Amino acid sequence: MQFRDHRVVGDILELAENYCQAGADELVFYDISASPDDRTVDRSWVSRVAALIDIPFCVAGGIRTVEAAEDILRRGADKISINSPALENPPLISELAKRFGSQCVVLGVDSRRIDETWKVYQYTGDIQRIAATDRLTKEWIVEAQQRGAGEIVLNCMNSDGVRNGYDIEQLAGIRTNCTVPLVASGGAGCKQDFAEVFERTGVSAALAASVFHSGDITIPDLKYFLRRSGIEVRL
Amino acid sequence: MPDTRVAIVDCGGANLASLSNALDRLGAVSVLTHDAAIIRNAQHVILPGVGAAADAMQKLASHRLIEVIANLSQPVLGICLGMQLLAEASAEDQSTCLGIVPAVAQRLPASLDMPVPNMGWCKVHQHQNHELFAEIDDGSYFYFVHSFVLAEGGYTLATADHAAPFTAVLARNNFFATQFHPERSAAAGARLLRNFLRIRR
Repeated sequence: MQFRDHRVVGDILELAENYCQAGADELVFYDISASPDDRTVDRSWVSRVAALIDIPFCVAGGIRTVEAAEDILRRGADKISINSPALENPPLISELAKRFGSQCVVLGVDSRRIDETWKVYQYTGDIQRIAATDRLTKEWIVEAQQRGAGEIVLNCMNSDGVRNGYDIEQLAGIRTNCTVPLVASGGAGCKQDFAEVFERTGVSAALAASVFHSGDITIPDLKYFLRRSGIEVRL
Repeated sequence: MPDTRVAIVDCGGANLASLSNALDRLGAVSVLTHDAAIIRNAQHVILPGVGAAADAMQKLASHRLIEVIANLSQPVLGICLGMQLLAEASAEDQSTCLGIVPAVAQRLPASLDMPVPNMGWCKVHQHQNHELFAEIDDGSYFYFVHSFVLAEGGYTLATADHAAPFTAVLARNNFFATQFHPERSAAAGARLLRNFLRIRR
């Protein structure tokens, strides 16, 4: 769930509880209000979410230091996810993994097809700063695992927001370079898209936001559909 | 269970809030502590653990808790790393552990089909009836996050599968343990914690 600082925390809590009761297996909070320069950033919402829900959750956004990660984990988050800060400072991945264990450290990667290859994008949350990096997606994901990332969330920018299905080709290709769980992100538009990504890419999980927020797909309905399609899911 | 006093043994690890939250939701009074007297006098003791076996054992040793824990007679629940700490040793950094359960924690083999850490919801197969499983269906899903496991043994109450079956729940006298995180395993996890709190010395 993505939110900005003007959104009332009560909304977040209600949303989190509803998804939890609907049978979501994990929640990811993109805290795009978190500022890297603001040391007084208020993360009390993390504690309130942790007290409310009994499934794992991950916090992403603006985590640039071991101290920031510790604050979030201490408040009850299970994982922290880093994206642009890892590109700015790759040793941050190892520092976090060493301090908290790889299982806490998720690497988010925004990737877009350029000609015959895929490249990593940076600052995708900020329309003024978004830019391609020199890094090839596959190489960055291999390096991040060597540095201690315990999970990769691959957001396929070509399919993101289009609701035309996950990027099967890219995910299947990256999957063969992953020994840690790979999570598909970007493109879910209908229930069949979820079935397809599990059947054709071997990803460990699929992440979606807009189709759930809009109510176009409900989680119980999706999970029964996947179970009927022969995919193992928790009901 | 308003009178249940649970000591959560502080052996490091940053994310213990979810465990005390889960106990709060069950109405249990818990305290995070490395005080030997509080641990000895608690009705129930939980040995959690996120992180590395060597770090956790070092932390227990620095608070002189190794003998204290090994000699506890009330119900004790190890969770995740806490299960591995009950073993004799762990292949993780060749650590010597508490030696309560006759087993050695081994690293899960990573492969393309089977990523490690094993992270996610896995089916847990109950091998026998046990009070820990009251009102929990066989084959229920629980949330796992781990890279090390104990093999099946005489202590095994339930297994889950990665490349091969491994111990998901164990019991040895008054010591119990889960490889999964009941505090993050929705309704089934809450039931298991409640069942543990109902076990009396």
